Amino acid sequence: MSLAARARWPALALLAALALAAAPLLLGPFAVTTLTRILVFALLALSLDLLVGITGLPSLGHGAYFGVGAYAAGWVAIHATPSGPVTLAVAIAAGGLVAAAAGSVAVRARGVFFLMLTLAIGEIVEQLAESWHSVTGGSNGLYGIPAARLGGAALIDDALYWYVLAVFIAGFAVVACVAASPFGHTLRGIRDNEPRMRALGYRVYHFKLAAFVGSGALAGLAGGLFAAQQRLVTPADLGLATSIPALLAVTIGGEGSLWGPCLGAAAVVLIRDYLGSSLGGHGSLVLGLLFVVVVFALPGGLARVGLARRRGPA
Amino acid sequence: MTAVLSCAGLHRNFGAVRAVDGVDLALPAGARHALIGPNGAGKSTLFRLLAGGLSPSAGQIWLDGGDVTRTSEARRARLGIGQTFQHSSLFLSMTAGENVGLAAQRLLRRPWSPLPVARRELSERVDALLVDVGLGGRGSAPVAALSHGERRQLEIAVALATRPRVLLLDEPAAGLSPAETERLTHMVQRLPGDVTLLFVEHDLDLVFRLATRVTVMHLGRVLMTGSPEEVRVSPAVQEAYLGTGRRQDLFISSPAAG
Repeated sequence: MSLAARARWPALALLAALALAAAPLLLGPFAVTTLTRILVFALLALSLDLLVGITGLPSLGHGAYFGVGAYAAGWVAIHATPSGPVTLAVAIAAGGLVAAAAGSVAVRARGVFFLMLTLAIGEIVEQLAESWHSVTGGSNGLYGIPAARLGGAALIDDALYWYVLAVFIAGFAVVACVAASPFGHTLRGIRDNEPRMRALGYRVYHFKLAAFVGSGALAGLAGGLFAAQQRLVTPADLGLATSIPALLAVTIGGEGSLWGPCLGAAAVVLIRDYLGSSLGGHGSLVLGLLFVVVVFALPGGLARVGLARRRGPA
Repeated sequence: MTAVLSCAGLHRNFGAVRAVDGVDLALPAGARHALIGPNGAGKSTLFRLLAGGLSPSAGQIWLDGGDVTRTSEARRARLGIGQTFQHSSLFLSMTAGENVGLAAQRLLRRPWSPLPVARRELSERVDALLVDVGLGGRGSAPVAALSHGERRQLEIAVALATRPRVLLLDEPAAGLSPAETERLTHMVQRLPGDVTLLFVEHDLDLVFRLATRVTVMHLGRVLMTGSPEEVRVSPAVQEAYLGTGRRQDLFISSPAAG
């Protein structure tokens, strides 16, 4: 990245944050709800990018940590307190804990084996959610989740949007910080050349596990927001129906760029949930086609389009 | 024993192939030790056994008198073994400076820091290492933009960034131009005296200029270990390299004894 580009991006980020914050003043309630959904999903995509793009560990089971966070936040909101910060803290802890258990096994494997392990663990978690009726409500899901509360006020509509936006921005800032830190540099080293990292004396397993847990905790946070927004969590929310779109968002957006997967998340939500219904339910088909186009025409995803233009022809 | 790095009875089999077949080696502190031999002699396999990238089928390895035979490669690196590989092994998405920085930051005890900390100490160290290997001013160049020779130099800077006490260089001069080989020679000659060096090299001129001891391997075994002069005149070594009858051709380009 050139110095000019480096100096420009905080300004761009601030501009984007301001535009997003002003959105409810300009848009109708339906658009605001859509934006809320996009932000929640973008936070999930961002957490997955930490694993896929920065550390080089593609996961097909990231819905598990998202869903566990959503269930935990929903359960606490119903049975203990609907306090926003408390439910989110529980969601982070739940996502991180499950990721720690799963990751301690999964990160020992590499490549396709890692992918299949994350898939299998995701399926196990989904099955657990289906069968653990007393806690999860089984296949009916966990419903009747009260609106999250902050400072005594119930977070609905525009207030909910700003709440989700604030958490998203905080999450993005944390990931951006980590990506630029020595820890992030270490993770990229592992992604590029794991054997060399070992030969340099790095405890690769510990770093990969830390990345997995951090990513799971952040996915749990996204799940906590999801519970506050949907007020209903079902087993499908922690299965492949979540994991695959999340991985699609990261790939379409551009692995490792952080903001690219957020754009990818917007594309996935808009195509699958909105454009799809007007296409007679063929949203997944359009997503699939978009994925194929990106793989062949835009290696590096949407994020690379902007970068390539800025750099000019190589 | 005063050896920094040593091994005894080291074996490594690949199926029926005995790649390393009972090797004994002892490197005293500050040694400049070369490992030579025809292709397939087991030199690179021996390197990987010593560094920990491969486990031996039998035998033992000691570092500073402690048995490290079953110690992981990463732990051996933390104990002071640095290495470069026969084939380029860099971080391809990064710049030259970032490659060195990744190696250097482990020692500065900050690889776990999740905060973008001030990096002045790190960048000064990186710049100094790049200058040492002849890559001064190339720190911001992506690895992809470096020539083959520059990549070999960068490999050495990455290895040196971990401040190794034992440095294993696998064919450091392979594919280098004469000028680059010259720079490599000076760099190795400038290594701190307490750094123990073991290197594999096919350029025998370089071997005889840098090494004070030479071990010749053939078919997984040590054919002989001796001074460069002893190796140069050994009929057994000449036979292993060229077969009998042409011994005067070997080392023809090396400087005359004396």
